[in-house]
Amino acid sequence: MMDGAKFDDALTGEQKIRNFNLNFGPQHPAAHGVLRLVLELDGEIVERVDPHIGLLHRGTEKLMESRTYLQNLPYLDRLDYVAPMNQEHAWCLAIEKLTGTVVPRRASLIRVLFSEIGRILNHLLNVTTQAMDVGALTPPLWGFEEREKLMIFYERACGARLHAAYFRPGGVHQDLPPALIDDIEDWAKNEFPQFMEDLDGLLTENRIFKQRNADIGVVTEEDIQEWGFSGVMVRGSGLAWDLRRAQPYECYDEFDFQIPVGKNGDCYDRYLVRMEEMRQSIHIILQAVEKLRMPENQGDVLARGKMTPPKRGEMKTSMEALIHHFKLYTEGFHVPEGEVYAAVEAPKGEFGVYIKSDGSNKPYRAKLRAPGYLHLQAMDHLTRGHQLADVAAIIGTMDVVFGEIDR
Amino acid sequence: MSDALKELGAHIEMQRPDCVLGWDVAYGELNVDVALSNIVAFVEWLKTDATCKFNTLVDITAVDYPERAKRFDVVYHFLSMYQNHRVRVRVATREDDVVPSITPVHPSANWFEREVFDMFGILFSGHPDLRRLLTDYGFRGHPLRKDFPTTGYTEVRYDEEQKRVVYEPVKLVQEYRQFDFMSPWEGAEYILPGDEKSKANG
Repeated sequence: MMDGAKFDDALTGEQKIRNFNLNFGPQHPAAHGVLRLVLELDGEIVERVDPHIGLLHRGTEKLMESRTYLQNLPYLDRLDYVAPMNQEHAWCLAIEKLTGTVVPRRASLIRVLFSEIGRILNHLLNVTTQAMDVGALTPPLWGFEEREKLMIFYERACGARLHAAYFRPGGVHQDLPPALIDDIEDWAKNEFPQFMEDLDGLLTENRIFKQRNADIGVVTEEDIQEWGFSGVMVRGSGLAWDLRRAQPYECYDEFDFQIPVGKNGDCYDRYLVRMEEMRQSIHIILQAVEKLRMPENQGDVLARGKMTPPKRGEMKTSMEALIHHFKLYTEGFHVPEGEVYAAVEAPKGEFGVYIKSDGSNKPYRAKLRAPGYLHLQAMDHLTRGHQLADVAAIIGTMDVVFGEIDR
Repeated sequence: MSDALKELGAHIEMQRPDCVLGWDVAYGELNVDVALSNIVAFVEWLKTDATCKFNTLVDITAVDYPERAKRFDVVYHFLSMYQNHRVRVRVATREDDVVPSITPVHPSANWFEREVFDMFGILFSGHPDLRRLLTDYGFRGHPLRKDFPTTGYTEVRYDEEQKRVVYEPVKLVQEYRQFDFMSPWEGAEYILPGDEKSKANG
């Protein structure tokens, strides 16, 4: 051994340390579902991340090809199950684009109202569970209480807490009872602002929360373009990009709201943006409630025609209405041939639906574009050089839900 | 809206006549058909051209048309946050064609191309890491092809004796229901028993 060929014995203990691989998930509470990460670590510094997704893959797009447009609607609830109605919205918009359907005014307002409730549902979950990822247990308990109230609003509108199937091509399924509109207003005016203040006091200036989030996972304008970010991941870095404002759909252009933007593009700024977005959503909800009460905004909530069922009363007296109802729920409606892409500003970012239609009652191909998919893809890029503990903070801030990523 | 898109379409065709096979505006969206070999250069040009500025890749997917010689359409969606417009780029490809990867231009294409490879079996050349993405480890076949059955070929269960998950050929208690809702006088061609002769003679 003295010929100098091998120096292994001369290495100190510290030098012998090499990178090691760590398997994170799929059953890790900070993985927000079923994310499996294969991490390559140098000490505590992350060198490489390889996310393994698809553990929740249910083949939604394949299933959609053998079901009618209306039967496919509930699948959209099961994508991002944190804010189900926002996904349905994209599906309905795509079909309405293909068929050229005009949604009645009242239905449009109800859609805006429930999209914003969905946004609060999502942001509440995200903000509070992110706090849990970095070590706080109280926020999720408080947040889930508010979420429960919102889900009761969902239930009172459509009968289901989560899988709503409430937005339908051509409008919404049912009109809202006046008492529900009053209760939503009461909640938005009197209950929620107080809760936001409490949550704000609990987190915003919290020393640990700040230390764990500030300057972590900084996203630059270049990253946004390269990795196709959308939603809060864009706005946290100072770009006021919001589809509700940039490419208005439904009747968002009539509503008065601000688009909050961050400055530094780190996890803490994204937290602040989400908090402010919730306040803006409340603002929109109150405007929508007011508009829903106006006499000119009363009326039907479905564009009566081929795509929507006839009124119950009509079915009792008219044979044609009965036949139409039967055909609608068995054969379904046919949409013209063509391809469309419709996108909404879902709470997580741009959620898009691409439909290729061959003129039959089923989509020839449906592709669901989930915002979380692109965010998670950039995991390797964002996490490189961070500490292992920051991985949880970055997953939290990206707002991933596996229902929509794995589809 | 569609006037601006028509202008954009004309601009794209004028600047890159070698790449563009055709374009149209339908349902308020701009579609551009591009030749397979030119896709990378075209996408790069879309990104850098001042009028287009399609910086963000929104989506890549594919559509299967088993009856066509060029079986697949690879469909790209791009968005420009600066110009606030969108475009759809379509590339027709054969089953054995290899599509050039656009990951050097848009790193975000990475997972989309992996997914298209996983679901349709379309190969991408120059992709850094073309593994399956969504399906199970060791999965065989490409599920979103039209000739792949919705039920799949295998099913899994936990075997109490072997103490592990085992794969078995799929067994259905009831035939998978593919309803044909079309009315008999518009859609489906049924062969009614005893009715074969009427066709053969007439």
